[in-house]
Amino acid sequence: MINPTVTETAAPAAEIPLAFKPKKGGYIPKGLTLLSVIIITVILAVILYNIVFGGIGIISVDFLTHPPEQGMEAGGIFPAIFGTVALVILMTIAVVPIGVLTAIYLQEFTSPDSRITRLIRLAINNLAGVPSIVFGLFGLGFFIGFVGRGMDLLFTDGSGPVWAQPAIIWASLTLAVLTLPVVIVATEEALRTIPPEIKDASYALGATKLQTIIRVILPQATPGILTGAILAVSRGAGEVAPIMFTGAAYYLPYLPGKLNDQFMELGYHIYVMATQSPDVEKTKPILYGTVLVLLVLTFMLNFLAVILRSKIRSKRVNA
Amino acid sequence: MPEEETVLEEENMVENEKKSPVQNETIPDKIKPDKDDGAKTKIIVSNLDFYYGDSQALFRVSLNIEENKVFALIGPSGCGKSTFLRTLNRMNDTIPGTRLSGTVLLDGEDIYKVRDVSAVRTRVGMVFQKSNPFPKSIFENVAYGLKVNGITNKDLIAEQVENTLKKAYLWEEVKDKLNNNAYLLSGGQQQRLCIARALAIRPEVVLMDEPASALDPISTSKIEDLIAELKKDYTIVIVTHNMQQAARVSDNTAFFYEGVMIEAGPTNKIFTKPDKKKTEDYITGRFG
Repeated sequence: MINPTVTETAAPAAEIPLAFKPKKGGYIPKGLTLLSVIIITVILAVILYNIVFGGIGIISVDFLTHPPEQGMEAGGIFPAIFGTVALVILMTIAVVPIGVLTAIYLQEFTSPDSRITRLIRLAINNLAGVPSIVFGLFGLGFFIGFVGRGMDLLFTDGSGPVWAQPAIIWASLTLAVLTLPVVIVATEEALRTIPPEIKDASYALGATKLQTIIRVILPQATPGILTGAILAVSRGAGEVAPIMFTGAAYYLPYLPGKLNDQFMELGYHIYVMATQSPDVEKTKPILYGTVLVLLVLTFMLNFLAVILRSKIRSKRVNA
Repeated sequence: MPEEETVLEEENMVENEKKSPVQNETIPDKIKPDKDDGAKTKIIVSNLDFYYGDSQALFRVSLNIEENKVFALIGPSGCGKSTFLRTLNRMNDTIPGTRLSGTVLLDGEDIYKVRDVSAVRTRVGMVFQKSNPFPKSIFENVAYGLKVNGITNKDLIAEQVENTLKKAYLWEEVKDKLNNNAYLLSGGQQQRLCIARALAIRPEVVLMDEPASALDPISTSKIEDLIAELKKDYTIVIVTHNMQQAARVSDNTAFFYEGVMIEAGPTNKIFTKPDKKKTEDYITGRFG
């Protein structure tokens, strides 16, 4: 206030306090939002409490390293852990290159407003919204019924299906299609944060587009790509519907060793024990333990993704 | 702006003057042609029109840039001087929807007819307004240009990195921390690193887009000293907002206004007795 006399004449002192009168009902928005937070926290706490206390008792080295026994009423879940890890590794090998290349195309080779870019983005968003059971049926129809059968016709003597049957390769490819949007979106996000000045600097030094992508853009985007890959893995590891038709087995006496072997998987194992066990009460502790293992696995992967993302963010601030 | 097209010519642009008698009339006092001091013309720009989509940013710009001299481009914001600078190494090619007509001759060769654009950019280097080191080590920043241009001999790269950093007067400050991330340097050091990076591939011309605009006075004077030193080996074209800077560092100056090159000539003449009223108004701070 440089000139108090002017202020006085412009706004009479008596009117000013009216503007500061507290309005009624100010607590309603805060109350509603807080209630939502409480509800969600309680639900999560109940779930976690149930699973942790139901399953912690059975977790042991033996449980983690032995196969199920006596119709899943005893033994461990090692084949399911092994199958899950193998599945997501194969899925990652398939999804990361395709997702990253797609994102690079969208960010570096098209203008963001062009019709084709918008169309591709729309397709990716729709892909992310497709129910996972549809992916399962797609995998069965396309990978097993079409690709697998085609490979059998071309490469085998026709004595029996080699590729045209549920197998870990088809399940992982189905999961790769399902998680493709996750990788594309995360990679695009990472590419968008790269300052254009750095690309200009590279071009100004006589670097080609390919050199710029390999030497400047990709190294910068690596943490973002890793985040996408981890999110894809944690999503893929928890999906049951896409793999139940395409390769997951109820029970296998052996571990998958070839691409066309079937496999056991944690999520599917949970589903099997919960719905098809002859004695639900006896398998209950094992069921809880399996859920706990799956939960810890996905939590750890998500936690890793969060750490990587915060690293990218701090990098952006420093730059 | 078409009526201004007739007054765009630089005084020492002999061949264009012959072509167009009208332009001779608009140039009142003829100054000494550059041939007298033996300077060779490095870049000849003629009738350059440039468009961003439908909007035209440069109107029939013609300029001669002499070898081993510092050429300053001045003018108010949005006058097209940075756009013009970026036409000299085809950096505008990276912006979608741009097009251009006219010619830019580098040693007599039209750079827009060269098929490999990276070959042009290795001859015409560039330093940007905002220092933009790669998020790599100091060493890797300078070595980048060598590596992308196919040099694999590690000893040769190390030697050239050292030479270049010495040339940019940065060696003493960074020789013990070549493996540190370039972002750890100060703003002024980062910009000198960017100059070193541009010099490493031994370009013939160095374009500088307001290289000191974001720096403090001490860093700025270091950059200016460096520019004065560099012109022995390089032809330098510098865009600057700062008219004192143009006066201090450059041999020749061109004044741009609304996409038109109004006037060009020796710096001391542009700053003491410009031919055009508009130039005088801008120099004396009446607008811009």
